Amino acid sequence: MKRTNRPARFDAIFLPHLDAAHNLARWLVGNHQDAEDAVQDSFVRALTYFDSFHGDDGRAWLLAIVRHTCFERLRRRYRQVEMPVEDLNLARDTGPSPEALQLQNADRLSVQRGLEALPAEFREVLVLREMEGLSYKQIAQVAEVPIGTVMSRLARARQRLAEALTAASRKETA
Amino acid sequence: MTCREARLLVSTYQDGELDPVQAVAVESHARDCAACAALLEGHIRLSAAVAAAPYYPASAALRQRLAHRPAPLWRRPAPWLALAASVAVALLAVVKLAPAPIESEIVQAHLRSMRAQRLVDVPASGPHAVRPWLAGKLDFALNVADISGRGFVLVGGRVDSLNGRTVAALVYRRGTHVVNVFVWPAANQPDQPPASAASDGFNIVNWRSDGMTWWAVSDLDRSELERLPLCPCFLPPHDALRG
Repeated sequence: MKRTNRPARFDAIFLPHLDAAHNLARWLVGNHQDAEDAVQDSFVRALTYFDSFHGDDGRAWLLAIVRHTCFERLRRRYRQVEMPVEDLNLARDTGPSPEALQLQNADRLSVQRGLEALPAEFREVLVLREMEGLSYKQIAQVAEVPIGTVMSRLARARQRLAEALTAASRKETA
Repeated sequence: MTCREARLLVSTYQDGELDPVQAVAVESHARDCAACAALLEGHIRLSAAVAAAPYYPASAALRQRLAHRPAPLWRRPAPWLALAASVAVALLAVVKLAPAPIESEIVQAHLRSMRAQRLVDVPASGPHAVRPWLAGKLDFALNVADISGRGFVLVGGRVDSLNGRTVAALVYRRGTHVVNVFVWPAANQPDQPPASAASDGFNIVNWRSDGMTWWAVSDLDRSELERLPLCPCFLPPHDALRG
């Protein structure tokens, strides 16, 4: 009896988050076909590990798998060991410059390009936060990092994006 | 609070993830400091810009592939399993026809409201705009509480349908989190204090008061959602909701 209900239970928990899964994958791997493949792989994995899902946050659990699958693909694609973004030479405690964040109405295309140009770890926190509305705690669960790291990644991601958008609008008006 | 501290906290403040004490400190600093106020404004605009970037929902084909194939067969569909598969699909269909528990209905309605670009039918300039609009659309009267200034902003109202019943949906925002509050008459059932549940990664709080059944749903943390100052039982006595 339990066996029969398993697929239905799986569907009920995870299918509502299919769009979120695909959106994250699409932003991470950058194209339609890879995103679909990654989502399909992720669902197969989710099913394989379904018995280990005991939490009540199906969305974060699924997105963690999607994220993992996507980063695996990215690593294979670039054949390089990923450098944690925290090691990049970034000013640690200056915070965003106010000028950079006083951007005017950035057009949709520059925002899309700006996001695509960000390192994947920055891009994913913005997607999870601004498009999916995940809490810091949920993002920490998906990205498997402490909440403090989520906080600093988000702040830096925003700073970088704001700078890119400011630069883009300057180019436009020049 | 200094500008330097404020600048470090603005991003977290805008996400609604600062603790209340620090949040108040950021707010009061931004009132007196034009530069930090502009920075906060910039953050809000940046958030809106990212939220307006393309969203890529799953294609119908992908959804079809994942939903209509019995899960155990995803890996390697073998021809001899075809019969078993069709039986499993039939079983699945029967299971799905059974009435969904109310919690999952609530979550589905919440998700629908955010996906279909139809969060509100009537935007709120204040509860005074939402109440008469809802009154004209519903077969019951509803007091719309003004709880702005207590961390939740009333975005607007909507008429929705749950299990075939017409219900009112009040939409609040906390930071970038959306809270849907579904309300319908409680049919003479007694008042009931709030009870929390979780469904599919969303938190839900349910209570009965004022002759109404209330269901609040959001991806907010449970403790935050429970602080939604709508239920009279959450409020000090002088803070009546009828307005």
